[in-house]
Amino acid sequence: MEAATHAHAVESELNPATWRDPKRYAWLLGLIVPLLPFIAAGLVALTGLGVFWFYGPFLVFVIFPLLDLAIGMDAENPPDSIIKWLEQDRYYRWCTYAFIPLQYAGLVFACWLWADGGLSTVDSIGLAVTMGMVSGIAINTAHELGHKRADLERWLSKVALAQSGYGHFFIEHNRGHHVRVATPEDPASARLGEGFWAFLPRTVAGSVRSAWGLERARLERGGHSARSVHNDILQAWAMTVVLFAVLTAVFGPVVLPYLIFQAVLGFSLLEVVNYLEHYGLLRQKREDGRYERCRPAHSWNSNNVASNVLLYHLQRHSDHHANPTRRYQALRHVEEAPQLPTGYAGMILVAVVPPLWRRVMDHRLLDHYGGEVGRANVEPRTERRILAQYGGAA
Amino acid sequence: MTLRCPGCGYVYDEQEGHPREGFPAGTPWSEVPDDWHCPDCGIYDKVDFEPVDG
Repeated sequence: MEAATHAHAVESELNPATWRDPKRYAWLLGLIVPLLPFIAAGLVALTGLGVFWFYGPFLVFVIFPLLDLAIGMDAENPPDSIIKWLEQDRYYRWCTYAFIPLQYAGLVFACWLWADGGLSTVDSIGLAVTMGMVSGIAINTAHELGHKRADLERWLSKVALAQSGYGHFFIEHNRGHHVRVATPEDPASARLGEGFWAFLPRTVAGSVRSAWGLERARLERGGHSARSVHNDILQAWAMTVVLFAVLTAVFGPVVLPYLIFQAVLGFSLLEVVNYLEHYGLLRQKREDGRYERCRPAHSWNSNNVASNVLLYHLQRHSDHHANPTRRYQALRHVEEAPQLPTGYAGMILVAVVPPLWRRVMDHRLLDHYGGEVGRANVEPRTERRILAQYGGAA
Repeated sequence: MTLRCPGCGYVYDEQEGHPREGFPAGTPWSEVPDDWHCPDCGIYDKVDFEPVDG
């Protein structure tokens, strides 16, 4: 595999134009996600079975984990000489831009179904769960766009976040999480011995607090108050308020509980992905008191093809943290990065059952640190138990 | 003076400043706080920035 990749790279360096991206058209599959409410409605109409309103979670938590197991891994990288060229190809960004109009067409369609579609309460809840999947994966699209320098992409990022009400994410993620990743100071880096259900409230509250602090510092440097129209967080949240208000005005108050429910589900889906991306990994402090720079060893990765295509290579997470502005199509597999046993979709199912998660992940984390639990990011509240269990005193 | 982030290539030009970051045009590098990070990649801190010649 390694030798083949290398040979491929050398050959391509001779003539970049001959290199072909095997995933080029696969990225269009990401658009299945915003189309989920339409697909669900189509399946219900075809079969007469209301259970297909739950098609969203079925796709994310059943079909994709199985596809990951069936299709397996892909560690192939675009040759270094191609990366610049690959990033400049505008086709790839249109794949992400196209997500957003489809996302909002789907949301309007879902509101119409909740209000006038004649759905039972169970069907409506199923549709809301499906919309929660769209909402959460839209945060992934927003993540890709929010890291870019162009104003248009940053604006689209905010728009994509409106459905989940998580507009502060693109501040906190870029300016907070990326700076403090894999340290105890980062609300979005999970700790060894911290179960997902304990992590969830910590990261949700911590991220809002941190984002607000960062935005206030930025505004105060420029002589503005945090409570001003220049505040990016308030602008992004206002988009959600206006969106939900307009949808409620048009379709009636019946849609509001579903809108709120799908938003909570959406950002929880993002946070469970945050949970598994850096679980227990820790940057060591250097002698000058600063943390060592983020290295590939500080993110969990996965090369499973199916979930990588669905998530715009998010699982090549080490390269993302090393090169945050690099576009998704150019992200590389890094050999020294710790690997998850399967793709994010399957790992989410493990993460929501903390005893199972500890069983699957703790020994992998300890192996990563050569058995030295003291080098991991340990949750203080469970530290005593963790050290007793894994022999940290040594 | 112009300085560049060694990671992502973001450039801080004193003449232009970076008004969005709260540094109006003409803000000297010395007035940029030490705990300020590269606004594009978040990996490098002020102290890591390298002067650009010319």
